[in-house]
Amino acid sequence: MGLLSDPNRRKALTGLLTRLNTPICIVCYLAGIVWFMGLAFEPFTLRTYMSENAMGSTMVEERFSSGERALSLAKEFDAHKRKAGGMPVEWLVKAMQSRGLEVFTQSFSRKLPFPDENKERYMVRGTNVYGILRAPRAPRTEALVITAPCSPGNTNNQAVALLLALAQYFRNQIYWAKDIIFLVNEHDLIGTQAWLEGYHHTNITGMEYSPLQGRAGSIQAALSLELSSDVITSLDLVLEGLNGQLPNLDLANLFYAFCQKLGVLCTIQGKLQRNDWDTAEGYTHAAQTMMLMVLKQACGRSWGDHGLFLRYHIEAASVRGINSFRHYKTDATTIGRLLEGMVRKLNNLLERLHQSYFFYLLPSLSRFVSIGYYMPAFGLLAVILLLRALDLWVHLGAPALAAVDGVTEAEQPSSPGVLTVLTPVVISHLTGVALYLLPVHLQEMAVEHFPVSETEAVVLTAIAIYTAGLALPHNTQRALYAVVMVLLSPAFTILYCVFIYQELIEAPVSVSEGWMLFLSVISQGILDHALYGSLVYPLLALFIYPCWLMFWNILFWN
Amino acid sequence: MAAPLTLLLIVAVTIRAVLFRSSLAELISARVEVVSPLNAWKRVVEGLALLDLGVSPYSGDVFHETPLMIYLFHFTVDYAEIVFIIADGITALALYLSIQTYNKDVFRKQKYALESDRYSADCLELLRSPKEMFYIPLKVAMFYLLNPFTILSCVAKSTCGLNNAIIALFIFCTLKGSALLSGILLALATYQSIYPLTLFAPALLFFLQRLYIPVNLRRSSFWFFTLQYAFMYVGSLVVITGLSFFLLGSWDFIPSVYGFIFSVPDLTPNIGLFWYFFAEMFEHFRLFFSCVFQINVFFYTIPLSIKLKEHPVFLIFMQIAIISIFKSYPTVGDVALYMAFLPAWSHLYRFLRNIFLVSCVLLACSALFPVLWHLWIYAGSANSNFYYAITLLFNFGQILLVADYFYAYLRREHHLTHGLYLKKKDGTEATLVLK
Repeated sequence: MGLLSDPNRRKALTGLLTRLNTPICIVCYLAGIVWFMGLAFEPFTLRTYMSENAMGSTMVEERFSSGERALSLAKEFDAHKRKAGGMPVEWLVKAMQSRGLEVFTQSFSRKLPFPDENKERYMVRGTNVYGILRAPRAPRTEALVITAPCSPGNTNNQAVALLLALAQYFRNQIYWAKDIIFLVNEHDLIGTQAWLEGYHHTNITGMEYSPLQGRAGSIQAALSLELSSDVITSLDLVLEGLNGQLPNLDLANLFYAFCQKLGVLCTIQGKLQRNDWDTAEGYTHAAQTMMLMVLKQACGRSWGDHGLFLRYHIEAASVRGINSFRHYKTDATTIGRLLEGMVRKLNNLLERLHQSYFFYLLPSLSRFVSIGYYMPAFGLLAVILLLRALDLWVHLGAPALAAVDGVTEAEQPSSPGVLTVLTPVVISHLTGVALYLLPVHLQEMAVEHFPVSETEAVVLTAIAIYTAGLALPHNTQRALYAVVMVLLSPAFTILYCVFIYQELIEAPVSVSEGWMLFLSVISQGILDHALYGSLVYPLLALFIYPCWLMFWNILFWN
Repeated sequence: MAAPLTLLLIVAVTIRAVLFRSSLAELISARVEVVSPLNAWKRVVEGLALLDLGVSPYSGDVFHETPLMIYLFHFTVDYAEIVFIIADGITALALYLSIQTYNKDVFRKQKYALESDRYSADCLELLRSPKEMFYIPLKVAMFYLLNPFTILSCVAKSTCGLNNAIIALFIFCTLKGSALLSGILLALATYQSIYPLTLFAPALLFFLQRLYIPVNLRRSSFWFFTLQYAFMYVGSLVVITGLSFFLLGSWDFIPSVYGFIFSVPDLTPNIGLFWYFFAEMFEHFRLFFSCVFQINVFFYTIPLSIKLKEHPVFLIFMQIAIISIFKSYPTVGDVALYMAFLPAWSHLYRFLRNIFLVSCVLLACSALFPVLWHLWIYAGSANSNFYYAITLLFNFGQILLVADYFYAYLRREHHLTHGLYLKKKDGTEATLVLK
């Protein structure tokens, strides 16, 4: 262990560390940023490829042809939905039964901690309807799930209709080795969460649901379909799930392979792939796609109904149909064929998808960056923390070393007692705990005393506790540093991310709209944590905010 | 010192009681870092159920605790939480009183050494004063009771807490000078898990030092005392084993407990080094590798005893650390026991070289254990290699910690006899290297 035990080499190394600390840190920071942004440059990425052997080489011809029937079914579904004022449970049950599926329903209810202003719901009650297509010849140990949400208004009618048409087509085929579950969930993510919790006998989010009467074995993969128009121009793939979890890359590769085969335009993050990687616009386009994926993963919410499946080790992705202004339109039959192909390939799986990457970034659908390539960038940023800590440690130990050789100094500078250091640490963490617990618990009190709605009360309480933490020590001499610290605080970082996100999806917002978005982001974050177990809000409140508060304390230390 | 100690005990008991009543208790009882197949509470309950049914608790390869333990819990299973809290309290008290006695001993020896001019002139700052040593016993008790590892181990009701209590009582009796009680408690500790056998050497060295018997293999006084102590130890071991046989009515606890510890058949992941290796190797080589790994635990006793024969209490610390790193099914409760001793060596701080790196490594690994477990078992994105990497790093950190303290201790001893500012023959400053 030469480095750690040889005193001469140690002294040389620590000397180097203390002398060159700031330059090394700056170099590491810039290197990390440049490395990360360079990942979107096409020669540095790898082309996607199908890793799972079982999904590779079946050459089948898709024969689904009931696209038109699906569209007329969509109108019927819409009419019944309007009549029922929500999910038309009886009609769906009859429709699925007439197609030869085993149909079951599940009712669920959940009271949100405070009203959700984006989706306008507070006391949620709903029913999930699902039908199981039993595999004709195989033992019933594995299943696949295809789900379409039942959304209020005009959205997703075609998705449910296509689901039913597919069910009818699948029923007549003999090659199914796994059971297929066709799920129509109400209230999007809350319904999916209730169904998954019922299926797996867990209760992690405090939802009340009726137990599932029918089950189909362990679920290998799931696809969620969102289709709101009769013809589409492109299909968008949504991969990001809860807490930024991603499905296996093979699922994305499968989707891309089928889009190529059937000639459907496919996008990711809503952006179409470009071919000119050597121009500046091409590079910025790829970088924007990658940054969008990073931001979507960072916010921890599930960006499609598939996101909640990932937690149960079920590979899932959402396919969203987009109708924009292009000449070439794809009809429902082609989408049906695409889904048929994907489900047939998933049917061939012998084990869960595990061959390809679980952690990756996609600058486009045909190129990927795996964790081995993007982690060093993060490692370079983390090395800076280690270097600064080592530097501080060496300086703390230096007075003791200086007294060893020769003349004994006048007494060593008195090190601050443990209590003076412990107090700010404890107070910072207690403020973090307050930021985590109090906004939801104090909303009734806030609503009594102030003329705000519950949601606003929660968000404003959070902001109030956040700002109250700043008030502890302050000192006008270090005003510049104080301003810089505040501009780098977690809340402002979220604000910048909101603006950057809006820029990246090419829908820039003004400052006031951005501020309203920021407030809704906070309320959605707290709701996601309460409803689905997203970890971003606790992480920010209990770890990142106390660390930032401690830095704030250090800034004003006398 | 009674008041701060009482306050500390009250705080510790409160924390444990609060955690026992919260929902975290079940979560913690299932963590593999905290419980192992040897000391899990689930298995004790299983063994008790089998005993109530009249079947031998060792049938079915679930229960691997000793018979005395199962009979203890047969009577106290309704008060199990109190038993574990009391065990933690006993350990802390025993460590407190042991370190108090040890400190008095150290100060007395230092006084004699100063009077007989054995220390060199310029090492005044290395000498220890009663003022600095006053709070050390309290800090030792605090390090044990408020260590998150100990709290986790107690809340999980892992019998490691009881093992730690027996070892702490053994240390207390040894330091108080009672050879009989020390022998009996060491036999009990060995009976629980075989590895405390290696603590025979430091206990023997301590008694020889205390009775002023020189450690010389040619002297008859040495052999006389060794045989006496060995007789007490082996005799108690035989009595305890015989008692277990009579209580249980058969000998099947020997293969179930000791055979299990030595042959490592259960490869549940834990924070030790055995499970991954043994999962990877072929059956043909299994015996060879078990022998190699087990010898590794016992092997360091001889060289360490030779080097540290003047310092038996430090040797006890080193031995406990080596046991908890290299044993077949370690848990964080074992780690907590030797970490409790660290305040006793706080005067070595200036000679420690890697303490920052070690603390960072241990903290980071403790945080990464649950993350990588979740990624492996629940999310399916990682595999056993990731978890074993963290295990390796954790054990590397522990070894570095122990080696660092060893270096610092020996360096201080060297400085005391040869002076603090070492000069080479030509007058330039010399550096000490541990080779």
